[in-house]
Amino acid sequence: MKTLRRLFRRLTSWTTTARDEEFLQAEIDDHIAMQTAENVRAGLSAVEARRQALLKFGSVQAIKDSYRDQRGLPLMETLAHDVRHAMRRLRKNPSFAAAVLLTLALSIGANTAIFGVIDSILIRPLAYPHAEELVSVSHTAPGLRGLGAGAGITVSASMYFTYRDENRTFEQFGVWNLGGASLTGVAEPEMPRALNVTYGVLDAMGVKPLLGRWFSRADDTPGSAETVMLTYGYWQRRFAGDTSIVGRTLTINSTPHSVIGVMPEGFRFQRDPELILPQRFNRNETFLGGFDFQGIARLKPGVTMAQANADVARMIGIWLNAWAPNPGLDGAIFQNAHLGPRLQALKQNVVGNVGTALWVVMGTLGLVFLIACANVANLLLVRAEARRQELAVRAALGAGWGRIAREMLVESVTLSVVGGAIGLGLAYAALRMLVANGPDTLPRLNEIGIDPLVLAFAAGVSLLSGALFGVLPVVRYARPRAASALQRVGRTFSDDRARHRARNTLVVVQVALALVLLIGSGLMIRTFQQLRSVQPGFTHPEEILILHSMVPDAIAKEPERVMRMQHEIMDKLATLPGVASVAFGSAAPLESFLTGFGNPVDAEDKRIPEGQVAAARRIRRIAPGFFTTMGTRVVAGRDLAWTDLYEKRRVAIVSENLAREWWGDPRAALGKRIREGGALDPWREIVGVVENVYDDGVQAKPPESVYWPALMDRYIWAGDNGFAVASGMFAIRSNRAATEGLSAEARQVIWSVNGRQPVFLVTTLKTLYDQSMARTSFTLVMLAIGGGMALVLGIVGIYGVIAYVVSQRTREIGIRTALGGPPVEILGTFVRHGLRLAGVGAAVGLVAAAALTRLMSSLLFGVSALDPVTYAAMPALLVAAAALASYLPARRAMAVDPVQALRAE
Amino acid sequence: MKDTDVRQGTLALMVLKTLDVLGPLHGYGLARRIEQISGDLLTVNQGTLYPVLLKLEQEGSIASEWGASENNRKARFYRLTRQGRKQLQAEARSWEQTTAIIDRFFAVKVEDLK
Repeated sequence: MKTLRRLFRRLTSWTTTARDEEFLQAEIDDHIAMQTAENVRAGLSAVEARRQALLKFGSVQAIKDSYRDQRGLPLMETLAHDVRHAMRRLRKNPSFAAAVLLTLALSIGANTAIFGVIDSILIRPLAYPHAEELVSVSHTAPGLRGLGAGAGITVSASMYFTYRDENRTFEQFGVWNLGGASLTGVAEPEMPRALNVTYGVLDAMGVKPLLGRWFSRADDTPGSAETVMLTYGYWQRRFAGDTSIVGRTLTINSTPHSVIGVMPEGFRFQRDPELILPQRFNRNETFLGGFDFQGIARLKPGVTMAQANADVARMIGIWLNAWAPNPGLDGAIFQNAHLGPRLQALKQNVVGNVGTALWVVMGTLGLVFLIACANVANLLLVRAEARRQELAVRAALGAGWGRIAREMLVESVTLSVVGGAIGLGLAYAALRMLVANGPDTLPRLNEIGIDPLVLAFAAGVSLLSGALFGVLPVVRYARPRAASALQRVGRTFSDDRARHRARNTLVVVQVALALVLLIGSGLMIRTFQQLRSVQPGFTHPEEILILHSMVPDAIAKEPERVMRMQHEIMDKLATLPGVASVAFGSAAPLESFLTGFGNPVDAEDKRIPEGQVAAARRIRRIAPGFFTTMGTRVVAGRDLAWTDLYEKRRVAIVSENLAREWWGDPRAALGKRIREGGALDPWREIVGVVENVYDDGVQAKPPESVYWPALMDRYIWAGDNGFAVASGMFAIRSNRAATEGLSAEARQVIWSVNGRQPVFLVTTLKTLYDQSMARTSFTLVMLAIGGGMALVLGIVGIYGVIAYVVSQRTREIGIRTALGGPPVEILGTFVRHGLRLAGVGAAVGLVAAAALTRLMSSLLFGVSALDPVTYAAMPALLVAAAALASYLPARRAMAVDPVQALRAE
Repeated sequence: MKDTDVRQGTLALMVLKTLDVLGPLHGYGLARRIEQISGDLLTVNQGTLYPVLLKLEQEGSIASEWGASENNRKARFYRLTRQGRKQLQAEARSWEQTTAIIDRFFAVKVEDLK
């Protein structure tokens, strides 16, 4: 108790203030004055009285020291003193301080920023209460071919009913999908991103609305009043946060919907929806197929993933028996698909596969951080070297090695903390920029920020760096070796190898790490080259403007009329200035989010074995001119013609890879007949074969594709009246594609025909193309930055060592020059030293790179992780740079004037 | 250790007792009284008193305030707090016990242990 109280008092006065010192001095003066007075009364002379008083009091300084030690916390006090001292020394050497702080700030900042991204995306739980109980529900389908690797079969409406009613492991279950919903009857019609949810989805996520209410079971029932909810951002942007919005009516998809609620600001969902609409299913029109929805469930407390999977497996059996196949589809397809459960933690579903890229980048920046620490350690070693005499003198005068070590460590940690603070500022700015401009393909983008974990990371990394680069000089120089150091003062004849070993080792490590990063970025550059060299199945994507629009039922319902309107829009678009050609179809290349993985297609002359399902093919429905506009080559046969459409000819075009798969040769495919989804669809004759289009991005195999006419008399997914693409894509090839002007003019043209329906997903094909490579280019840029920093730091390290060695050996050079040593030989000595360091570093780096780059093989395309070109080019680059870095300081050695050099010491 | 050296703990106890008997005193007064009472047997470096005073004050046993000394100089006066009085009683008791035990050991004769 007593001890505690005392500690508290000491903590509250943890440094001795000048005032305290004054008080003590006054008290001591007082004491001595009184004793002197007493002594005078006792008969001593004034001088003697004071002398006696002082003697009796004892050492004033000792008392003060002892008093001070008790008063505050002496450790803190000397620490504060050391920090002040360190700061003063740094201020005296601003270029050193700036170099170190810049290095540290950049490397700590970069690491903090990427850790912030990793924390927000991969570590932090999703922003829902008890998010760990949330799972996404989908299925494996080993029986279905043509399904991309890793893709699953999602959930159909009938599954929703079965799972909702029969499950034993879900607290809540619902299905959702994302789409657009037209908002009309306003000045600027638009297509907000809409989230369609059944009852159960919002309940499972457990985020309460900010205003109004959630959807109830009644909102789910067909025939009840149409309702809609808004998300916070859209409510703020479009309705300026007007709280009277609840109860108002909006025209959505041409029908009035009343607004029943607004979600709170913290509500997050994939792709950031703007409207939330109830998804309604009519039980009587529900069949087995139509896997258009994502399932989400909240597990009952204590239920494991395995139990939930088993539950879904059981329900798949129930579902197969409870529902009829879609009209025209063979029920065997569903049996033969062999559906199995595939439940995933919701977070995994949201985050997807960005993890590898992020960890590779984090690893890269971690290496840069180590190199930066090695560099700073090197600089500190040079400084400590310069202070050898001072340290030796201090040690000789009795400074303990602990005291000297502490002082040196305090200086390092001060540097690292200040550098870390600047770095944190940089990271904050970088993350703000990322959130503002980041690719929307990055999941959870708007959740990225700095939280306590990131702060702790920055603090930890700063202190770690201080310890890392601080320990080396302490170990090398703080030990009291006064005698030897003092003896050697002023007598440095030639290079002392032992003293340089530490620095040489650091440089070797730096060079090795730098080479690892250079090889990593070299591999990414090669990957990028390979990706760019792939002929994607379209040309000059920067010239292609893409707009989506629709002709709603309310304006035209009859397929031929719909087609005529789309045709009219195409013709009008073609007359706009600078337009070369116009295409129309259900989706542009690289818009696989609109096409899905496809549908089974079978050929007349290729019977499917009993018990199997025809492989799924990518389907597009197009108007004539699609391939000309996109720049897709027609390999055999011809493009569609308008007469094919209006005369309802049953024709088709297939991709080259599909033609080869079935008939071995594009020409052989002409005249063959194919159909979609089984017996209900009529056979259509192949009239053309086109080049493969890399629809899933150039790093993925191009899918086998089928192109139907945009207008058909019979189609499996349409009623008896036939089919036309009502909601489709216009692609305009023009040299003005990227301009605001062209898209504004195109919008006016579309509105003039379809009665001011929203125009949405406006982009250029180039943007889609770049997005498909976003992950590669992101990793490339980050690795290139890391590799560049590493190269510069490594080179600076070599330069520093050689420059130092030259300065130390000035005298020797002077002697050699004076004795007639050829300058070239002297120069060679130093360059060889630099190259030796670089060579050893490069050898170590090559081995490390071979081991480490295997971790990034999933990010590579078209090159091996042991690509010989990269493994030859990067060490060559490094050694060349090292030669230059050694040559520059060595050249100074040649300029040494022997007379000056010999006189120098 | 010389026998005239006073250990901090003992000095602290003397400070407390002196303040208890004589009331508030300044540092010099305390030093003089302790010398007088011990009959000059105890000659200390007077300065060592001050760290002891600081420790006692931090522990809350004594409190100090600035006042005027006899010759009208500003001086710091120390006084016993309630906490200090309690501490003094406790320490005095334990001191008595200690001396009593030691006394008995010195009184022991060889035959008593048989």
